[in-house]
Amino acid sequence: MVQRISTYLYQRPRLVLGLLLGPPMLYMLVVYLGSLFNLLIYSFYYLEEFTGLIVKEFTLSTYAQIFEPANRDIFVRTAGMAAAVTLADALIAFPLAYYTAKFASPRLKTWLVIAITIPLWSSYLVRIYAWKLILAQEGILSWFINLLHLDGVLQWLLSFESIGGSSLALSPIGLFIVFVYIWLPYMILPIQTSLERVPKSLLEASSDLGARPLQTFRTVILPLAFPGVVAGSIFTFSLTLGDFIAPIALGNSKFFIGMAVYSYQGTAGNIPLAAAMTMGPIVIMIVYLLIARRLGAFDAL
Amino acid sequence: MINSSTPAIKFDKVSRHFGEVKAVDQADLEIRDGEFFSMLGPSGSGKTTCLRMIAGFDRPTAGQIYLYGQDVSDLPPYERDVNTVFQDYALFPHMNVGDNIAYGLMIRKVPKHERMKRVEEMLELVKLPGYAGRKPSQLSGGQRQRVALARALINHPKVLLLDEPLGALDLKLRQQMQVELKSIQQRVGITFIFVTHDQEEALTMSDRIALFNQGRIEQIGSPAEIYEHPATSFVAGFVGTSNLVSGEVAKRITGSDITFSIRPEKIHLGGVNDQASADSYVADGNVRDVVYLGLYTRYLVELDGGGDLVVVEQNLKTTSMDVLKIKGQRVRLHWKKEHIRQVGS
Repeated sequence: MVQRISTYLYQRPRLVLGLLLGPPMLYMLVVYLGSLFNLLIYSFYYLEEFTGLIVKEFTLSTYAQIFEPANRDIFVRTAGMAAAVTLADALIAFPLAYYTAKFASPRLKTWLVIAITIPLWSSYLVRIYAWKLILAQEGILSWFINLLHLDGVLQWLLSFESIGGSSLALSPIGLFIVFVYIWLPYMILPIQTSLERVPKSLLEASSDLGARPLQTFRTVILPLAFPGVVAGSIFTFSLTLGDFIAPIALGNSKFFIGMAVYSYQGTAGNIPLAAAMTMGPIVIMIVYLLIARRLGAFDAL
Repeated sequence: MINSSTPAIKFDKVSRHFGEVKAVDQADLEIRDGEFFSMLGPSGSGKTTCLRMIAGFDRPTAGQIYLYGQDVSDLPPYERDVNTVFQDYALFPHMNVGDNIAYGLMIRKVPKHERMKRVEEMLELVKLPGYAGRKPSQLSGGQRQRVALARALINHPKVLLLDEPLGALDLKLRQQMQVELKSIQQRVGITFIFVTHDQEEALTMSDRIALFNQGRIEQIGSPAEIYEHPATSFVAGFVGTSNLVSGEVAKRITGSDITFSIRPEKIHLGGVNDQASADSYVADGNVRDVVYLGLYTRYLVELDGGGDLVVVEQNLKTTSMDVLKIKGQRVRLHWKKEHIRQVGS
């Protein structure tokens, strides 16, 4: 019986493919894309202010609301944070990835990869709250900064209205530090992958032809690892763009896109505006991905 | 200081040990200005390590390396006036052919119009005119090989290092490139150091050959010297094919207690009634195997009283039908006494 089924399936590879792909494709279409489509529809409805009811008529007025100054600020703030986090992650990740890919012994490499990915094993929420304690007024980081007699510098940084606050935990600087930490592995791994694909002989050839290490880095390593950096930035940028838990737990409670969506669809009950705001990051990411594809980022994944 | 008698490369008791492994051990070597020098040996014999030490990718654990009289043992690769053609070509995949070739000049800040002019000259030299705009991925193996050569030669290095550059090419292309490499070397007049494990390649192209075995240099000499006067049994066995005869068999043939080598092509295969001249050695036996190879035929002869000899005869008048009939027949082998080489065991 089993043999007959096997033979039957062996002669029909298309049927096997259908059986294997059917369920996930169905899930993808109905649950994932379906809900996105639903979101898209809702973004063209509007909330009747007086009654607080959703009017299911096509309108662009909800989208117009996004361009009101308060909402526009949210977009600028979130995109700015995402860009800053991406840049910082790239700068921190590159040397680490380079060392792991090109110099570490196989044994050390295993340990390094484990060390890089181990934070991902623990709950994201736990790590956010751990950071809340680390960054608190009386937290370990402040203690350490005092120890180095750098508390003056910290106070000076926190005194800036746009990035400061009463303590690290309650300032955009603190939020920035936490974002950089949380998304760092997503930057390291693609860069490492792209560097591992650069044969050592290319680096030798470059120095053989007279290039000093810094020149080799600029003319050979960086261009060849760039797709990896772009791939990593897709993660760091989009994850920061959509995150709403870290900005709720930390920072100065100024809205980020994710927080705004969360509060519009929750307490405010303004699902059309929440949907319209969700479309923002989606559009930004689609444009970003199109650019990334042109830069060859998907070859590095 | 530099004159024609200063060796291009001089090794003074150079060793490279990796922990317990002696990749290169106490190597002494002089490579003359303008010569085509091959480092020949089986894989793991230390020839590539020697090349990498000349290039600067590896440093000797003991001893000194001189480049035209200058001690370069501790100089990084970018401060040495040598260039390398890599086994995998190591072309930069993100640059086109022109930028690859111009890389060394670009690093040395040679103006762009000058670079482009010299790239065109180089492409002419390696017979790839008009290829400057292509990407390495659009080239065949042989073409990449030429680009790698042009990229190294454009810098006019004092010494050009070639690390098994023909290894990845098919036989026809390899033979063609051997001839071309040799003619390019004669035209540019640069010292070439060529690493290979292919003895035929080394014999074809080289002015002199160093034979490596287990981190040591067994013999240095011209192709003819290496072929006709192998210094050790290893050399005799590695270069060309050789019959190595020792012990009882050798004593029975020569009458004395020696070890000698004899090339298969020097042995004459004759009928059992052949009368050999007085200056020849003689051995009788049965033909156990016949391999017809077109140009020549290889016979494996089992000697009476033990021992095998390989004999090669050209098919000047014989066809495959003729030679295959010889299998199983009794034969008399004879060869001139002067053709044996007594070797140290």
